[in-house]
Amino acid sequence: MNGDPGSEKVEDIEIRLLLEAIYSQYHYDFRSYAMASIKRRLRQAREHLGFPTFSAMQESLLRDPALLPRLLGYLTVQVSEMFRDPSYFRALREKVVPHLRTYPSLKVWVAGCSTGEELYSLAILFREEGLEERTIFYATDINQDALHAAEAGIFGVDRIPLFTENHRKSGGKSSLSDYYQAAYGRVAFDKTLRRNVVFSDHSLVTDAVFGEMQLISCRNVMIYFDRALQDRALGLFRDSLARKGFLGLGAKESLRFSKHADAFADFVREERIYQRRFE
Amino acid sequence: MSAPRAEAVVIGASAGALEALSAILPALPARFPLPVMVVVHIPPDRRSLLAELFQAKCRVIVMEAEDKEPISPGTVYFAPADYHLLIEHDRTLSLSSDEPVLFSRPSIDVLFESAADAYGDALVAIVLTGANDDGAKGMRAVVEAGGRALVQTPESAFASAMPRAAIDLCPVARVMPLAAIAAYLLEV
Ligand SMILES: C[S@@+](CC[C@H](N)C(=O)[O-])C[C@H]1O[C@@H](n2cnc3c(N)ncnc32)[C@H](O)[C@@H]1O
Repeated sequence: MNGDPGSEKVEDIEIRLLLEAIYSQYHYDFRSYAMASIKRRLRQAREHLGFPTFSAMQESLLRDPALLPRLLGYLTVQVSEMFRDPSYFRALREKVVPHLRTYPSLKVWVAGCSTGEELYSLAILFREEGLEERTIFYATDINQDALHAAEAGIFGVDRIPLFTENHRKSGGKSSLSDYYQAAYGRVAFDKTLRRNVVFSDHSLVTDAVFGEMQLISCRNVMIYFDRALQDRALGLFRDSLARKGFLGLGAKESLRFSKHADAFADFVREERIYQRRFE
Repeated sequence: MSAPRAEAVVIGASAGALEALSAILPALPARFPLPVMVVVHIPPDRRSLLAELFQAKCRVIVMEAEDKEPISPGTVYFAPADYHLLIEHDRTLSLSSDEPVLFSRPSIDVLFESAADAYGDALVAIVLTGANDDGAKGMRAVVEAGGRALVQTPESAFASAMPRAAIDLCPVARVMPLAAIAAYLLEV
């Protein structure tokens, strides 16, 4: 498609150059993301930020670092939910937790944690299952604003009915309301839930392995990557997992098209939970 | 003026979708030369049964779209519940959990706009019955890229709002009853 000159549309050339500029100047690498979604979101950004063309946007962006976080808000998708896909959390609880119990200490990586919903879900699940004390959670993302929100653990009260329902369906052993306090239309989650959490800026595209994990949960993040980039991230997960460690993906993500498929075995197939094979 | 060779079909439907699609998809021959990508509005918490249901009635292959799946001809791909379905330039499918658009995920606009980018004038887009106006903007993108637009006659639709909105935004769309749409696809 990109091979013969003139076959690429002007807008596509502009987007390619814009992503190149973001990488060269700010080291955020979106060049191998799934383009259809990036393009849609960049078009929204261009409209909302009031630039006539992507080239104009690029020119401003190169000189004005303040524009970057605003653009990152478009380029990364901050959509999350507590106990999203309750059956996934139920499978973790019923099938994975019994294995985790056999370890004296645990490391859990929530990769692409967004504003924290998935992290708090896991922290609550681990507390309910009596594993919290022996666990360190690593919650990582490339979006600083999202990481700050995750660290604050504050959500709109209007989201609580859904979270509560999801928690119940996931086999929750307590009431979600045990973990938050409501005030002024918001709820603040109990800060003891993040006692053992390390929040940090980490990119699955450009950063490296940082520890040996028993469980990695990376949901609805790799769906935004092209296939080569998915392979890079999965290689990172392969190298980060302890022997027989677990990898959980989003409901519509799989290892089917990956060159690393052999490094993992299906553990709970329908829930996209895999186990690292030991060689 | 002869139309360019079509390379793909995209369909959007909402309220009344099952019946409308039942008049179109089972009519496709086993060797239908094009892929067909379909968005039907379904509640997010429900596992979509559309693919299984239509596989039993159709001669073409029917499946739920998977992320990064290469697109094959003679295959119908349904968007899964709670994900947008998009088409990449390299003719693979992408799913995304971006925000709902017009309260819908999957969104017809999102599929149509990405398909218009990927296929340009080699695309046939079809808007069927529905009670909202998803699909209209997407259909305009298809038309602007030179693709062909077909809309179910509003009077014949279970819910007429969606076809009407599409016609309003794309006056060049061809408006026809379901049987004529099915017949049209056999000729592309
Ligand atoms: C749709 S959210 C998923 C949130 C959560 N995991 C869930 O499933 O509810 C995608 C997240 O991935 C993050 N992300 C995107 N690219 C990333 C990268 N290269 N490395 C780490 N996180 C990334 C985004 O900032 C965003 O927070």
